[in-house]
Amino acid sequence: METENKFVTVNGIEVKIGSERNLLELIRKAGIEIPTFCYHSELSIYGACRLCLVDIEGRGVVASCSTPPEPGMVIRTDTREIREMRKINIELLLANHNRECPSCVRSSSCALQDIARRLGVGDIRYKQRIKMQKIDKSSPSLERDPNKCILCGDCVRVCKEVQGIGAIDFAFRGADACVVPAFKRDLGDVECVNCGQCAAVCPTGALIPRQHQDKVWDAIYDPDKIVVAQIAPAVRVALGEYFGFKPGENVSGKLVKALKMMGFDYVYDTCFAADMTIWEEAAEFIKRLENQTDLPMFTSCCPAWVKYAEIYFPEMLPHLSTCRSPQQIFGAVARKVLPGQLGAKPQNITVVSIMPCSAKKYEAQLPKFTQEGNPDVDYVLTTVEVGRMINSMGIKFEELEPEAFDMPFGFATGAGVIFGASGGVMEAALRYVSEKLNGAPMNNLNFKAVRGNATRREATLTVAGRQVSVAIVHGLENARKLIMEQKAGKCKFDFIEVMACPGGCIAGAGQPITHSKKVREQRTTGIYNADKSMQLQKSQDNYMVEQCYQQHLGGCSGCETAHHTLHTGYTDRSGIFKT
Amino acid sequence: MNKKIEEKQDMAAVDRILAENRYSKAKLIAILQAIQEEYRYLSEGVISHVAGVLKLPPAQVYGVATFYAHFSLKPKGKHIFRLCDGTACHVKKSHGILNALYQRLGLSPEKNTTDDMMFTVETVSCLGACGLAPVMIVDGEVYGQVRPEKAVEIVETIIASEKNNQE
Repeated sequence: METENKFVTVNGIEVKIGSERNLLELIRKAGIEIPTFCYHSELSIYGACRLCLVDIEGRGVVASCSTPPEPGMVIRTDTREIREMRKINIELLLANHNRECPSCVRSSSCALQDIARRLGVGDIRYKQRIKMQKIDKSSPSLERDPNKCILCGDCVRVCKEVQGIGAIDFAFRGADACVVPAFKRDLGDVECVNCGQCAAVCPTGALIPRQHQDKVWDAIYDPDKIVVAQIAPAVRVALGEYFGFKPGENVSGKLVKALKMMGFDYVYDTCFAADMTIWEEAAEFIKRLENQTDLPMFTSCCPAWVKYAEIYFPEMLPHLSTCRSPQQIFGAVARKVLPGQLGAKPQNITVVSIMPCSAKKYEAQLPKFTQEGNPDVDYVLTTVEVGRMINSMGIKFEELEPEAFDMPFGFATGAGVIFGASGGVMEAALRYVSEKLNGAPMNNLNFKAVRGNATRREATLTVAGRQVSVAIVHGLENARKLIMEQKAGKCKFDFIEVMACPGGCIAGAGQPITHSKKVREQRTTGIYNADKSMQLQKSQDNYMVEQCYQQHLGGCSGCETAHHTLHTGYTDRSGIFKT
Repeated sequence: MNKKIEEKQDMAAVDRILAENRYSKAKLIAILQAIQEEYRYLSEGVISHVAGVLKLPPAQVYGVATFYAHFSLKPKGKHIFRLCDGTACHVKKSHGILNALYQRLGLSPEKNTTDDMMFTVETVSCLGACGLAPVMIVDGEVYGQVRPEKAVEIVETIIASEKNNQE
């Protein structure tokens, strides 16, 4: 075995070969940002965009993403030939691209725009394709514009590899090649679960979350409407990025202030509803644990996961907690409480959610979440949409004085905040379950074992003398594997948390675009810092939640009114594949 | 005859073909070929069924089926004319033959199967018989140095024999 270090030469500088799986990663490590569209470190290598070209002495021009490093390679990342090739590639892509950049929601977060600018593409020497294809707006969560697709396949691979679904794929070939759902159906008619990770990896505006800013402005400008907002936990640690703050910085106070300036009448915290979720969901878990029925119990906060289970594992639906997600709990409670409290007709109260997520748009429009014809949640805005609205008003976000949430639904504990990170719902539930089973108040209820970045984490805890096995997964393909193991008897968990997006809601499709693991970690750190800074850490200590139960929900968690308002049922959607 | 292929297909043959290929995802192309051999095309129902059994996303099977020119997602006629339009055949005026067939059968590049489901006319890129250019395959039989009149004559012969069969 050779023991000495192995090197390649990149633009005349020696670079040590480490564990990089390809030249691209090695060259980037050496400080050269090679442009790419189709390369994502967490997806399989595709080699289609032909931008990561490098010149290897004796070998010529190759794609660095699909070339493993070999000792002694002499690499140039920028020759006249490579520069010209990259430019031509961009020109060809732009010739086929609907270049309505100023009005595109991905303007300024578009990789095509960014790389074209970086490479100095001026003239486009090819004629623009004239024939425009239909924009698919069938999905409540996502919009698909084939005229902006550059066929990098990032969406195809994230859907198949991370989510285990494959709702979209390449079809046809050559000049006719396109990314479409099966049989060219609309996205709203196929097995898409609305997680939006396709939009999160899309380098252009070919896949974007549906936009609802105009509808919210309409409600704000309507003098008859009282417009209330709820802000999801993960939004506060990512919105700042839109305005130049560091990832993970908690900007909830500034966001409350900005929303008030925009004309929102009341601004509440989804974390309050998350605390209430724990009152219901953790109590439900204790009941199942004591009766040993329908275990493992799965969390049900993530609407993409819920739809996934409805499509692929209908037999597991009794295992899902019947508890509504925090967004829908907030909506249901707001619809119940606010008309009386604000002295307004229910139809004159507009409930707006600010969410890190595209699937929440789907969830909010489900017919089961309505009361007397009014949806519990009228509109869902993503983090980025709110950033755009703040910007459009000319508010200098960074200079805002923080403002507090409105009461009573603005009062939350740290347990409600950590819902925003993978493992958070589990930890919040464990803080509740362990104290309840223990029968006496407990301090320092931090469950670090369930935190972390691994796509699957497991822990066995002793709670009041009883062993409780829990698992946390993110990415639906990981959920599928876990379910298969559980079904085969290879593992036996009591409680499983599933989130569709990598790292949980902090990396939802509504968040500012990032492909960096580090940014995701910073957001997660921001969530746990926010938890620490809260006055209370356990949902059961939220006295505003307790008050709400007493005054509006029949007295206590588990009573009939509470159950009717805060729980839901699921639908077998496995028939979606039948023609 | 003249019967349209039933839209709703019996999946028994599909299931047999899947079993013969041991439900292997790796044999997807072979499976689709065998199914097309049986039904002359791949319907949405068949593609969904294959995807479901092989546990592949329907979009992926659709992607494979649309990638290869060999697969047809529309029902094909009983008699299939495959006209070569490779370089050699093209310069030997294969287009004249194509136009003659189109004219005789009322077809076009957009509509390549007759309404009575009797004829399908398609072009292929190269049949590997350039020495015989222009080349055409009709129901598996190769014709070399075809002229437009000859192609139409083949059509007439088939129509006549179909009529005889009916009577």
